[in-house]
Amino acid sequence: MRQISLFRSSTFLLTMSCVSVFILSAVMLMGFVYFYTSTYIAQRTDETINAALNGLKERYQDSGMGGLQQVISKRVASDSIGSDILLLADYGKNTLAGNLDQWPDVKGTPDGWINFRLEGRGHGDDIPHWARARWFTLPEGFQLIVGRDLYDLEMSRNAIARTLSWGLVAAGIMAILGGVTLARGFLRRIEMINQASNEIINGDLSRRIRTDNTGDDFDQLSNNLNQMLDRIVELMEGVRRVSDNIAHDLRTPLARLRNHLDELKSASGSEGDTDSVDQAIQEADELLATFNALLRIARLESESQPDYLVDVDLVAVVSDAVEFYEPLAEEKMQRMEISVPPDSLIILGDRGLLSQLIANLLDNAIKYAPTQGHIKVSLLPGPEYVTLSIADSGAGIPIEERSKVFQRFYRLESSRSSPGNGLGLSLVAAVATLHAAPIRLSDNQPGLRVIIDFPRQQV
Amino acid sequence: MHLLVVEDDVKAAAYLCKGLRESGHNVDHAADGKDGLFMAMENEYDVIVIDRMLPELDGLSVVRTLRAAKKKTPVLVLSALGEVADRVQGLNAGSDDYLVKPFAFSELLARLDALMRRSDGETSKTSLGVADLEIDLLSREVRRGGILIELQPREFRLLEYLMRHAGQVVTRTMLLENVWDYHFDPQTNVIDVHISRLRGKIDRNFDQTLLQTIRGAGYCLRAPD
Repeated sequence: MRQISLFRSSTFLLTMSCVSVFILSAVMLMGFVYFYTSTYIAQRTDETINAALNGLKERYQDSGMGGLQQVISKRVASDSIGSDILLLADYGKNTLAGNLDQWPDVKGTPDGWINFRLEGRGHGDDIPHWARARWFTLPEGFQLIVGRDLYDLEMSRNAIARTLSWGLVAAGIMAILGGVTLARGFLRRIEMINQASNEIINGDLSRRIRTDNTGDDFDQLSNNLNQMLDRIVELMEGVRRVSDNIAHDLRTPLARLRNHLDELKSASGSEGDTDSVDQAIQEADELLATFNALLRIARLESESQPDYLVDVDLVAVVSDAVEFYEPLAEEKMQRMEISVPPDSLIILGDRGLLSQLIANLLDNAIKYAPTQGHIKVSLLPGPEYVTLSIADSGAGIPIEERSKVFQRFYRLESSRSSPGNGLGLSLVAAVATLHAAPIRLSDNQPGLRVIIDFPRQQV
Repeated sequence: MHLLVVEDDVKAAAYLCKGLRESGHNVDHAADGKDGLFMAMENEYDVIVIDRMLPELDGLSVVRTLRAAKKKTPVLVLSALGEVADRVQGLNAGSDDYLVKPFAFSELLARLDALMRRSDGETSKTSLGVADLEIDLLSREVRRGGILIELQPREFRLLEYLMRHAGQVVTRTMLLENVWDYHFDPQTNVIDVHISRLRGKIDRNFDQTLLQTIRGAGYCLRAPD
């Protein structure tokens, strides 16, 4: 049986699309978190800068330029980390106080907010530092810059982004692992149902799907399938009983009719009467044969694992049947070739049924191969199967008809005129199924080749 | 010949008894298994024809009881059950032949004839002969008028069966069952072809035809009158 691959199962695909949606929403969520956090940090920075500027402006109003200079120097001295940026310059942008070496190369903006690159502030690495600041012109033309080194902020923003990314990766891995586990679990139960179904398709109608009585959806599905199977078995029984009864009930009066014809024949004297009675008897015999074949097929099909199968030598069965039919082929000047191994090939089977299977196939081959045609029978031992092949050089069976010829009463358009009841291959199929032997029809170019693989008896 | 027919179906029993009487047999009839067993034990019949499914006591049980009581009367079982397993069951119970319903009356007559002859005890012979045709069962040689005839193994078995039943009508089904051990109808005239092959070997080049076709019944190997 072909196993469903995990990655091709619909459960896995469904789980994976759920995982994708989950990861996408996680990315969006973390994007928002990052966006709002960094916006908040930026706002807080601006507020801090504004507050510092306002403080300095007040100081300037209270104690003039001298006081301002003093405060700035004090603040610069106390800020060991150097994250605050202060710069006081005269009209010509010459530094008066502060912790910037020179006036930054930057243009002023209407609202006074500026961003510029800080030179020579490396932390031993080459990452450039950026600053955000307000540029304020004091009443007497003095220039003041109040701002902050953004390096630390940038670092914490990066840390947040990194944390979020790792979180995302972890969540993604967890989601995929969870999805695979989930899909595996579902798949295992589906596989169980599939396996049981396959065994049922292969003829074991008594097989049922295992249920664990948890009452979950799979359990319910299994229960329903089991009930459906019960119903199918019941219906099949019914159909079989009805067709058996019809065939049986019609067979008895038909047999009586035939017997009456027999009596009539022995009673009547004239030659002409006897001929037509003989013909009637022959037709009654053909009808009886059809009924018998139908009943036989019905009986074979209803048995799934018969207990009467014993060790049978397929080489002997095939050789006997070929020997039995060989004179018939010779009458049509057909060449009948047989190739079987010298030793016996033992399979578990029923000699009578196997003989009839081969007889039906040989009968067909002789019937459909042309005069002076060629029939080849071979028996090939393989590791697991003994392969029987019967090929003729007749017209063959078109591909589209091949599956239909095993149906009861099905006859090819081209063979309707030839004798036969359309049950021969149905019986072959029933016997093959009883022996768990797959049957194939292939092209013999020209003609039909019937191939049956009989499972080998395990020694 | 004195026959016992054990059959519960009134129509079938009437048909059987009438046909057998017309064929010159002396027929007794029992309608169930118990009566049948009683009559079989009390009388010496040549052959008992018994239906497999009977009220009171089924056909196979009757046969088993008879055999247990060392009663060796040949028994032919009639049955609607025709699978190989059913047949084997029937023969294992101790019956001598098994005929599946529905059957042609000529088939029944031929089989009864064969059973009656068999009880004569001809089986231990080492050679058989009809007219100037002789077969040696030990050396497996066939001669007609002293001339050696080459036969294939299966042809020899076919001839042997016909010789053992010389003078009797042998049906195609009997040949299929006893020579080939086939219990199905091959739907074709294969048997006729085998017979005509055999005939070509034993009858061609000779004045008298020994192997005769009996129209509507089968074949008969016998010396012409």
